Amino acid sequence: MSRIGVAFDQARAEGRAVLVGCMPAGFPTVEGSIAAMTAMVEAGVDVIEVEIPYSDPVMDGPVIQRASDIALAGGVRVADTLRIVDAVAATGAPVVTMTYWNPIEQYGVDAFARDLAAAGGTGLITPDLIPDEAQEWLAASDAYGLDRTFLVSPSSTDARLQMTVEHCRGFVYATAIMGVTGARTQASAAAPVLASRVRAVTDLPVGIGLGIGTGEQAGTAAGFADGVIVGSALIRCLLDAASLPAGLTALRELSAELAAGVRSPAR
Amino acid sequence: MSVDMPAATGRYPDATGHFGRFGGRFVPEALVAALDELDGAWRTAMGDESFQTEFAALLRDYAGTPSLLYPARRLSAKIGAQVLLKREDLNHTGAHKVRNVLGQALLTKRMGKRRVIAETGAGQHGVATATAAALFDLECVVYMGEVDTQRQALNVARMRMLGATVVPVTAGSRTLKDAMNEAMRDWVANVDNTHYLIGTAAGPHPFPALVRDFVRGIGDEARQQCLDLVGALPDAVTACVGGGSNALGVFHAFVDDPSVRLYGFEAGGDGPATGRHAASITGGSSGVLHGTRTYVLQDADGQTVESHSISAGLDYPGVGPEHAWLHDTGRATYRPVTDADAMAAFELLCRTEGIIPAIESSHALAGTVAIAPELAAELGREPVVVVNLSGRGDKDVHTAGEYFGVLDKE
Repeated sequence: MSRIGVAFDQARAEGRAVLVGCMPAGFPTVEGSIAAMTAMVEAGVDVIEVEIPYSDPVMDGPVIQRASDIALAGGVRVADTLRIVDAVAATGAPVVTMTYWNPIEQYGVDAFARDLAAAGGTGLITPDLIPDEAQEWLAASDAYGLDRTFLVSPSSTDARLQMTVEHCRGFVYATAIMGVTGARTQASAAAPVLASRVRAVTDLPVGIGLGIGTGEQAGTAAGFADGVIVGSALIRCLLDAASLPAGLTALRELSAELAAGVRSPAR
Repeated sequence: MSVDMPAATGRYPDATGHFGRFGGRFVPEALVAALDELDGAWRTAMGDESFQTEFAALLRDYAGTPSLLYPARRLSAKIGAQVLLKREDLNHTGAHKVRNVLGQALLTKRMGKRRVIAETGAGQHGVATATAAALFDLECVVYMGEVDTQRQALNVARMRMLGATVVPVTAGSRTLKDAMNEAMRDWVANVDNTHYLIGTAAGPHPFPALVRDFVRGIGDEARQQCLDLVGALPDAVTACVGGGSNALGVFHAFVDDPSVRLYGFEAGGDGPATGRHAASITGGSSGVLHGTRTYVLQDADGQTVESHSISAGLDYPGVGPEHAWLHDTGRATYRPVTDADAMAAFELLCRTEGIIPAIESSHALAGTVAIAPELAAELGREPVVVVNLSGRGDKDVHTAGEYFGVLDKE
């Protein structure tokens, strides 16, 4: 079982959900992102999702777009991402990488899988790679023992949901809403329905993402999902802060609030 | 590399939307259901006589096609080739794009959707979409890079007069590619009631094939018109290539005619060696952008690199996947044309024929000027060349006026 699977099992045993926290690599700087991810782990985030910044992130809302632009303007490279994965994995938390497909294709799919495994990464979340186009990644992830998290959506047909889940390993990413990343004030009615549709076809843990930004929302999501994925709200802590230390303080506070949230699942 | 030769009329792409190693679908899962729905609607429409009849009537009565194939005698004499201009510039809204928007608007109606969104660079596709939306009584939102809304204020006004909402995009480089990203984000959120009316033969399957099918009338008409005019097929067909819809439109009917050479002219900007260009095929590499695998301008990490061209309509860092494949198979030849050469051809057509072409189409003219002597040498006679004059130059008067220094100082 992968390190992420272990984290989900432990959380299940504790009657809570896993908290997955996302941060773009190299935001605000390479060292700053390592400090941010480490602070998140220390404050109770179970799994770190390192997003590779990309010039054209069509699944991301304004917050992640801005953070990605800052990282890219700072000159972050895909190779830096691997260094960040390595540093954060040293904290003991499982580290999964989220990436649009073109950076991986240009690095070389097999080479990236090899280097990600060597850096201690658990696998990839691929927002714009569907299993239909993933032959090379399926082979490379098998070869290096990496997890594959494809997305399922409220609009996925039953047949596609089944097919997609069959290609997943580690956990399934269920998008709570039809839309892009970014915290929302309203709860999603589609999310619990989608989570139960996934459960009907797999024993893999279900992570729910998109639109979750507070401890209360995390608690609600923890009521029906195995994992709660938060990105924009955490990133905003750094974007809105006057300095990196102030940002890290805010980031720790929100991480702790979310960690408490996933420990109080609304049933 | 060993690849199948392309064949026309429906054999490509394959069932999953691939043109050889290009094309496909690199999209969020949230969009797959909508792409499948669109794929089904398109396939049904292609075989449905009532759809084809309605589309043909619109093209004839509203868009003003078939467009003329005009023997440009004075230009021909200047460049040593018998040039036949496919006058898409005379269509309603001033370019070939009206064919695509009418086809997609009809499909939108058939799918029962009430809202269309579009991306636009210079505003031409935005204006065309707003036009079709007005005609079909659809809500219309056009995403346009903030930089472009300032450069193309008149087209913004046109879209608003037609009832569309124009949303300036402030993300990334604030140009066409970012407008496309924003349209995709809108689509993910509103896919239930919205059709994304993509403006070129790019994007995820079925868009490249669907757009090609809606514009292929250009080539179907030109092929017959050329046979009628000169009693033979042309020796070459030329077009400019940005995303590539006008080029595919004119190429498609000739793909199975081995004697007809196909030339696509990309925007070479300041010159391919300067790095400031929009020549994705001749100056880029294989990658994934905006939902498809194709040739892309990118750095070693796969980050999209900004394109540069005097022609806003060609200023895009990718290209339709069918062109990538026509390039790989060798069926079509792609070459860059610099801003300077395109503008020289712009002036040449103005002065020889009294036709002000779009700067996009001027790239096709410039490329034709360049290949004419090569073809003449190869054939041992004057070549017959069909040039797709994809659009008119009204929208470019300001740019061209500044370029040639013919604007009075106020």
